[in-house]
Amino acid sequence: MADLLVLDGIRKSYNVGTPVETEVLHGIDLVMKAGEFVALMGPSGCGKSTLLNIVGLLDRPTSGHLFIDGKDTTSLAEAALTRLRGHSIGFVFQYHHLISAFTARENVIMPMLVDHGRPDAPMERRADELLDQVGLGKWRDTRATNMSGGQQQRVAIARALAMNPLLVLADEPTGNLDTASAQGVFELMRRFNLQRGTTFLVVTHNHDLAAQCDRIIDLVDGRLTGDRRIRGIDRVSRPG
Amino acid sequence: MRRWLTFAWIAALRFLSEGRMQTGFILGGIAIGVGVIVFMSAMLTSVQTNFTNRVLTSQPQIQLKPPDEVARPLRRDDGVVEAAIVQRPTQRILSLDQWQTVLSSMRARSDIVVATPSVSGSALAVRGDASRSIGILGMEPDDYFRIVRLPDYIIAGEPSLGTDDILVGIDLANDLGATVGDKLNITTGPGGSRILTIRGIFDLGNRGANERNTYVQLRTAQSLLNLIGGVTEIDLTVADVYAAETVAQDIGAVLPVKAESWIVTNAQFFTAIWAQTLSSLLIRSFVGLSVAFGIAAVLIVSVLQRSKDIGILRAMGSSRGKILRIFLIQGGVLGFLGSLFGSFMGGIALFAWYRLARQANGAELFPLVVEPSLFLFSALLATITGVLAGMVPALRAARLDPVEAIRG
Repeated sequence: MADLLVLDGIRKSYNVGTPVETEVLHGIDLVMKAGEFVALMGPSGCGKSTLLNIVGLLDRPTSGHLFIDGKDTTSLAEAALTRLRGHSIGFVFQYHHLISAFTARENVIMPMLVDHGRPDAPMERRADELLDQVGLGKWRDTRATNMSGGQQQRVAIARALAMNPLLVLADEPTGNLDTASAQGVFELMRRFNLQRGTTFLVVTHNHDLAAQCDRIIDLVDGRLTGDRRIRGIDRVSRPG
Repeated sequence: MRRWLTFAWIAALRFLSEGRMQTGFILGGIAIGVGVIVFMSAMLTSVQTNFTNRVLTSQPQIQLKPPDEVARPLRRDDGVVEAAIVQRPTQRILSLDQWQTVLSSMRARSDIVVATPSVSGSALAVRGDASRSIGILGMEPDDYFRIVRLPDYIIAGEPSLGTDDILVGIDLANDLGATVGDKLNITTGPGGSRILTIRGIFDLGNRGANERNTYVQLRTAQSLLNLIGGVTEIDLTVADVYAAETVAQDIGAVLPVKAESWIVTNAQFFTAIWAQTLSSLLIRSFVGLSVAFGIAAVLIVSVLQRSKDIGILRAMGSSRGKILRIFLIQGGVLGFLGSLFGSFMGGIALFAWYRLARQANGAELFPLVVEPSLFLFSALLATITGVLAGMVPALRAARLDPVEAIRG
């Protein structure tokens, strides 16, 4: 399997150049293969979200290099980063963050609409297909605010997959759900990973769910302290 | 989702429709502001058009008169002035020198529509025991009535004039207890007196004019004022009424006449119009400004409320430019929709005013001038104001750090 994600000496500091400069990430080196399903674990405040934001191109590292699919993103201008983020990365957040003004289907269409500019029939078909796959075909015309937390998180997963991204970053996607819903959402992500070959990096505090991943990475105080492979990767290749 | 709309339009319209109450209140605010602007603009235009029309149709736009007579001081052979005080001479009624030539040259000019000679002076109108001092104006009715629309102001009799006829104002007629067909003895200093028959009574809407102005045939006035063959003025109308002063200065520069435009002779009228326009402009500007602040305030609140949505859209690959457009479109749409409602409200208010504000006899106070361009201009101005007002919140939204926005 090819390297999808390479972090080379990633450091992140806040308040740079001031007396209260704080380094949050202290030189992270990490390689993720395409198709991996990786759990990122660590106590609160250890820098998990910061790392995820940097990998998701929402934030820039203070130093170090980040390669996505072989491309060094460190020197890219903001417009190019935005484009790469839209095409290559999907996000699932703890609080789902669906846009309340839109229905489930429209939320799933949104990343494609941002990229293409105008809605069209193939976008609608793809959104319907993804909603069927997350078991919410019947809810497609329901406003996000009228759905349960588990349903909203499923819509958020469908949305994250709308652009068929190389990598999905999930920041505690089950942290706000009951045990049954959490397992359901996790299994859904796992199914997409197995069936479509999409790479997942999932931040979680749940050891039971982490145990179902291919690999667990531990982050403590901004340093990688553990990297355990649980099982090998045996996936279908990603659809084009 | 409408397929012909772009992402920014879809998001903007959906954000507006989701915050219904917020959108409704600001639309109401904009509509009231635009309604006030439409109402004030239409009223101001109507009042000014009415005043200007009255001024323009009751006097010539340019009058050519003989230059004032001046006294030349005595000088010695070496050029030194001998008399220390030079008394200003009296201004006699004089005929315009070479007036036929001047008239021909005026009629040949493309910027002059009508040119006609007239004779004016003062006289005494006597009927029985009553007498009033009047101004008498002799003219050629066919041409003169194209300048001063006297027939429009005739309220009794008719505007036709024979050599022994006179048209008088309603107040003079009342003072002298006269009506159409009655005779007046008109006496002047230089020319003696004549008996003239009242052929018509007019109402110029001005008491002074109605008491003093009288109109007779040119020859009648020449005879009364002892100016046989002469005229005291040439009256003109010009193609562009607001260029009258320029045309007057041009004529005064090339001919030996004193050219006075209506703009100079009605300087106070123009000052009043200018003051009215300025105060109205100020009021409308401040109303527009308050509308703009209202739009900006609502959109700034919207940016704060939607910061998470903005962060998500940025995470999905939406550029800063697209986020900027979402809020500019919202500003523009608010301005445009507000202007439609406001134009409607302004139209209703104008209609209500027109129906309710009437003279004692039920006639309209003045004709209402409502140009369709006023509504178009208001809509355009409100839309531009909306877009400009949306600029600050839009920039704020576009500059949001997606990480901070998502974290809230």
